[in-house]
Amino acid sequence: MSVPSSDDGGGTRYSKNELMIAASARLLAGVENCFVGVGLPNIVCNLAQRTVAPELQLVYESGVFGARPRRLPLSIGDPTLATGSTAVTSMFELFAFYLQAGLIDVAFLGGAQIDRFGNLNTTVIGDYAQPKVRLPGSGGACEIAIHARKILVIMRQAERSFVEKLHFRTSPGHSGDPAHDRDRGWSGSGPTNVVTDLATYAFDEETGEMTLRTMHPGVGLEDVRANMAWEPRVAPDLAETPRPTADELRLLREELDPGRIYTK
Amino acid sequence: MTSKVAPMREAVADLVRDGDTVAIEGFTHLICFAAGHEIIRQRKRDLTLARMTPDVVYDQMVGAGVARKLIFSWLGNPGVGSLHAVRRRIEDRDPAPLEIEEYSHFGMVCRYVAGASNLPFFPIRSYYESDIPEVNPKIVPMTSPYDDGSEVYVVPPLKPDVTIVHAQRADREGNAQIWGLLGCQKEAAFAADRVIVVVEELVDGDVIRRDPNRTVIPGIVVDAVVEEPFACHPSFAQGYYDRDNAFYLAWDAIARDPATLEAWLREWVHGLDSHADYVEKWGAEHWASLRPGPALSGEVDYGSYA
Repeated sequence: MSVPSSDDGGGTRYSKNELMIAASARLLAGVENCFVGVGLPNIVCNLAQRTVAPELQLVYESGVFGARPRRLPLSIGDPTLATGSTAVTSMFELFAFYLQAGLIDVAFLGGAQIDRFGNLNTTVIGDYAQPKVRLPGSGGACEIAIHARKILVIMRQAERSFVEKLHFRTSPGHSGDPAHDRDRGWSGSGPTNVVTDLATYAFDEETGEMTLRTMHPGVGLEDVRANMAWEPRVAPDLAETPRPTADELRLLREELDPGRIYTK
Repeated sequence: MTSKVAPMREAVADLVRDGDTVAIEGFTHLICFAAGHEIIRQRKRDLTLARMTPDVVYDQMVGAGVARKLIFSWLGNPGVGSLHAVRRRIEDRDPAPLEIEEYSHFGMVCRYVAGASNLPFFPIRSYYESDIPEVNPKIVPMTSPYDDGSEVYVVPPLKPDVTIVHAQRADREGNAQIWGLLGCQKEAAFAADRVIVVVEELVDGDVIRRDPNRTVIPGIVVDAVVEEPFACHPSFAQGYYDRDNAFYLAWDAIARDPATLEAWLREWVHGLDSHADYVEKWGAEHWASLRPGPALSGEVDYGSYA
């Protein structure tokens, strides 16, 4: 996700990653706690903490609640997450008392494949018994998808990853049957938003289907269509994704990622 | 009480047997690579390796041919990418197939909880509408026998023959204290038939007793205590040394090619007598570069009630 881009109006230049990070951070407005992954979600949460969600508590599946990382964590088990955090718990407590009990507001997930209902595959490409590519598997994703109140997905968009049918369903999204989804009794409401390098999506309340909401500056509907395997639903008020503000860019470049690891 | 202190070579020779189910636990933090290397050096065979996140340590062990099966919930080189030796065996059966049994993180944790608690299974709210139970018949749906009739999934106990955990410190009886990320070391240790605790520092029992809330694993479940500084490298020990991220990145290239992996094992495991040699081979400057600055906890007053 390092394709350089710039705004088309002669203003401040920004990268596609910076646009994705800013767009994702705004989705965290007012959120109190968030299950963070490594990489982009981490920097998204840090930006949100300094902009739209000052009360945001960072939660890591490694057993950390209320992390205050002093450097960009290299993994979800980085020692900087423990030092200075509010609580370090066993993983049993984190998954049972925090996640399964319904205390987690938002979680980020991603995957090698996603379908139109936000189901995710992080297990295999090809046949399970004889995979073409063996991927990491669930980790905590399966239960996170079920219990976090909202799921945000950040993924690079391509036809081979936005697929008609997953090779394996690791983490459940919407079923395609809204009545069924309402009756499931899960504390989570499933995926609510997807942010890609081309566009942002929400999920239609009636059908649970991914719906194109905004396209990034310079991206057209044909680009979006060419990079997914199904014909997307399009919101009637389809708009352009807002550019990162000067303040967001300054925070990203000067404070959060001065080495430009995630924002280049 | 008798001392359980033993050198790594002896502890592994006595307590790890061919065909065992072995769990070297620690979630990113406190992964005892030195024990993995000693198992490789002693050419143990047909092990079932259990770990939530197999990490580079199991890629090394699988690459070295000690394992026939993996039980896990997330298979990768954290923050870097794939475990290539493991993938070769799963995708290409090269040089032999590797049996796998996979769960989610919560499922794996609860397998250890069931094992540690002497329960026949443990119920969790996970796996709904996921394909995972289809490929792992040990994950079974069950209806609550109580009024609400909730659907849960149950996972079976995991009772390793041997669990190996690293801790910052322990006394000679094996009372071990850990701070920083706790992972599922306590659960994995209580679940096991035999337990090896490896520590950065052996300390007097008094040091343990001054702060009993920090004791994660009690000596009653421990069979051997090994003092082995830097035994987690390239993983980390909170407050002692940082993760050697450069090595995690380097491992990606090493493990991609079986010949390079073989040469690495020859140079860094088989070619060395012990972890002390490994520490010396890296050199003092390397260890100094991984040393964090201080961040002391405050002290609490337990009170004296004599």
